[in-house]
Amino acid sequence: MKVIYTDALVIGAGLAGLRVATGIKDRGHDVIVLSLIPPKRSHSAAAQGGMQASLANSAKGQGDNEDVHFADTVKGSDWGCDQDVARMFVNTAPKAIRELANWGVPWNRVRKGKREAVINAEKVTITENEKAHGLITSRDFGGTKKWRTCYVSDGTGHSMLYVMSDRSIKQEIEIHERIEATALIHDGERCSGCIARNLITGELIAYIAKATTIATGGYGRIYKVSTNAIISEGIGTAIALETGIAALGNMEAVQFHPTAIVPAGILTTEGCRGDGGVLLDVDGYRFMPDYEPDKKELASRDVVSRRMTEHIRKGKGVKSRYGDHLWLDITILGRKHVEKNLREVFEICKYFLGIDAAKDWIPVRPTQHYSMGGIKTCYTGESPTLKGLWSAGEAACWDMHGFNRLGGNSVAETVVAGMLVAEYISEDLEKNNNVSISTALIEKFYNAEKEKIDQLLNGNGTESAFELRDAMETIMMDKVGIFRNGDDLIDAVNELEELYKRSKNIKVSYNSSASNPELVTAYRVQKMLKLALCVALGAEQRIESRGAHAREDYPERNDRDWLKRTLATWDSDDATLPKLDYEPLDIMKMEMPPGSRGYGKDNIWHHPDTAKREKEIEEIKSNMPNADRFEIQKALLDYPLPNKYKGKNERLIEPLS
Amino acid sequence: MSEEKGRLLKIKILRYDPKVKGSIPEVKTYRVKEAPGMTLFIVLNEIREKQEPSLQYDFVCRAGICGSCGMIINGRPSLACRTSTKSLPVEIRLTPLPVFELIGDLSVNTGKWMRRMSERLETWVHDKEKEIDFSKIEEKMDPDKAEEIYELDRCVECGCCVAGCGTIRMKEDFVGAVGLNKIARFEVDPRDNRTHDDFYELIGDENGVFGCMSLMGCEDVCPKDLPLQHKIAYIRRKLVALKNK
Repeated sequence: MKVIYTDALVIGAGLAGLRVATGIKDRGHDVIVLSLIPPKRSHSAAAQGGMQASLANSAKGQGDNEDVHFADTVKGSDWGCDQDVARMFVNTAPKAIRELANWGVPWNRVRKGKREAVINAEKVTITENEKAHGLITSRDFGGTKKWRTCYVSDGTGHSMLYVMSDRSIKQEIEIHERIEATALIHDGERCSGCIARNLITGELIAYIAKATTIATGGYGRIYKVSTNAIISEGIGTAIALETGIAALGNMEAVQFHPTAIVPAGILTTEGCRGDGGVLLDVDGYRFMPDYEPDKKELASRDVVSRRMTEHIRKGKGVKSRYGDHLWLDITILGRKHVEKNLREVFEICKYFLGIDAAKDWIPVRPTQHYSMGGIKTCYTGESPTLKGLWSAGEAACWDMHGFNRLGGNSVAETVVAGMLVAEYISEDLEKNNNVSISTALIEKFYNAEKEKIDQLLNGNGTESAFELRDAMETIMMDKVGIFRNGDDLIDAVNELEELYKRSKNIKVSYNSSASNPELVTAYRVQKMLKLALCVALGAEQRIESRGAHAREDYPERNDRDWLKRTLATWDSDDATLPKLDYEPLDIMKMEMPPGSRGYGKDNIWHHPDTAKREKEIEEIKSNMPNADRFEIQKALLDYPLPNKYKGKNERLIEPLS
Repeated sequence: MSEEKGRLLKIKILRYDPKVKGSIPEVKTYRVKEAPGMTLFIVLNEIREKQEPSLQYDFVCRAGICGSCGMIINGRPSLACRTSTKSLPVEIRLTPLPVFELIGDLSVNTGKWMRRMSERLETWVHDKEKEIDFSKIEEKMDPDKAEEIYELDRCVECGCCVAGCGTIRMKEDFVGAVGLNKIARFEVDPRDNRTHDDFYELIGDENGVFGCMSLMGCEDVCPKDLPLQHKIAYIRRKLVALKNK
């Protein structure tokens, strides 16, 4: 049995994992990172449009600050987020972006003077402040009051990931590529590392660590069509679930992005609409202003996706052999802008659709895009129930996104969570230096993984892993999609449970224990079905509509009964369904009590605490007539942050003394 | 999207798994019915799922962004995910990228090669490691300069340029166009304090910028259309000038 010891183990080498790893290493601890692939291939690279941080440098970002970013994020989450975490996030995002600028990310910069832009389908002239010339600029994104999304053309994630990855090389961080964690080692109270499989040789390895961080991204690939990379299968999330101790939060909160191309499901960035692109129907008619006269194409993602689906259902979609779609028109932005600022989009259209996006409309429809749900952590990033297990980025339900994530807030989360979680892990490592683990425990987990693989390769199974995966993806797509209803969800749960039972009987036809893609599919599909069941059952039980979770049979947001986070656990190997518990969100501790997001008609069942807290907040504010925004904020919500990141953020209009 | 007639594609794949004792490289042929909008990503998945479960290849983003799926397609290094079958004849020959360590079939270890290249060329901004207060407003940068850096930062390390390079066949330690482009990227970056002398130390020899024979294979096959030859020539000029001083 090969055993490797380290202080901290990080599973996943995307932006979140690498930022955690470099932060821990900076504090003088050893760290090993496991990755399915070379780190620079991670799905973080696909983040096109940008990263939100309230720098307020650009003309349209004037007046932006943490408070505005916080309000947008909480509203965007449909009040499902953890407001402490949202506050931690908005205060750290400007620091994160400035750190990355220092490390080498070539953020696009403000250019002083007049420039042409397209707003609401009209050409306008924007005049940029001379003092801001050369500072990091920003573009418009959905669901935000200010232009806050900082960007590098439309290759933001790519540039960020390359800088992070090169920094980890500079720091001589060990990254073990093509290694897949398949089980966490734990004694019911504390996680001590994982069993991992070498995808080239098939060798099983035990990694033993005092802190184990899961940063493996989302679980979009349980759906048939997803913008996610094909490795975004949620395996890191699933191995946390399989401990039976760690819980997954809000798994039913799944985001659909309005504009993925048809049929390939590849993303075209929200920056297309942020920069002035519009959505058109079969008649070439711009329909979004009819539904959302205020924010139009730049309403929050969940809202735009639903409006598009409604419009298609009215028969206004464009028929194609791949089903109905709508058009995204960016031709109005002009060829120069498209080829430069939306270059990835231009390339994707060229290669995957054979069209010229500067001249032709792009066929799009809402497509699975982001997993708000994930491993439930407290604000430090640690699982509240399984010590020593940490999570950051899309894999985590840290919970700054609640039921809907704003565009630009996810790459921002990866690095911000990475910075903060690395500090908390380091503190923990410095406190708990004497964590011991028995060899017997390691052996138990090692042998269990070995047996599972033997069973798949040499057992008497009859089921095909590829077929099961296909069936799962179809069920999720058809029955747990943008609009949901009780009947379909009950069917989905039953059908998925049946598939899960069948997945215990998979037979792998190619019998090699080394590199074996079929074997990999087999053990992954067993795990993915558990996640699919958490999503479907969570959606079936939640009889309200909140953010991206839209129930046709329960269209109202019900704060009275459902202002709570779903927690899913998987009790035992024999279970065929997750166990669901709920954790209420305490309105009396909120800085921003639940209100309307300002889309469509106000359809909310209020919680009795909402009015109480609103009144309390008014009183607190009226008792501090001379206070500045920081003092008021602190009086309403005193949130934690590592000392290192507590400082106020400087802006042109808010100089630091 | 135009209607393609369903051709019966003949996919010929060079198969070899160096880990399997006694395995000999051989070309195997698979027949796949062409479908509208089909890419090699779809073709290879179909072969794996229906005909050859052991087939090894790498895809991650399947959108031409991550650089995982470089392979030789009818003699030319390209990204398989964004290659449509429509652009190819009925017979399609797929072989792994040369130069890189073979994992099996079409899968090669570009990660290992690229990490070594990064370590060797120190592909990160070199500054004085001064303690910076990130609460303060960031340093300014000329907007054109930022765009110029990104232009070279777009490399996805797919390895196509390495596979298309003649020099590297003769000098296995040649850093390749990918490596020289990295130097060009940091040379342009005002945040990097390295001087031309420093760059000379890294690439001022036959395994660096003076090894390139200007065959231009790298630029011909670069999926991101990076100005590789132009940049190699530029760096060479700068370093020659340094020597002649």
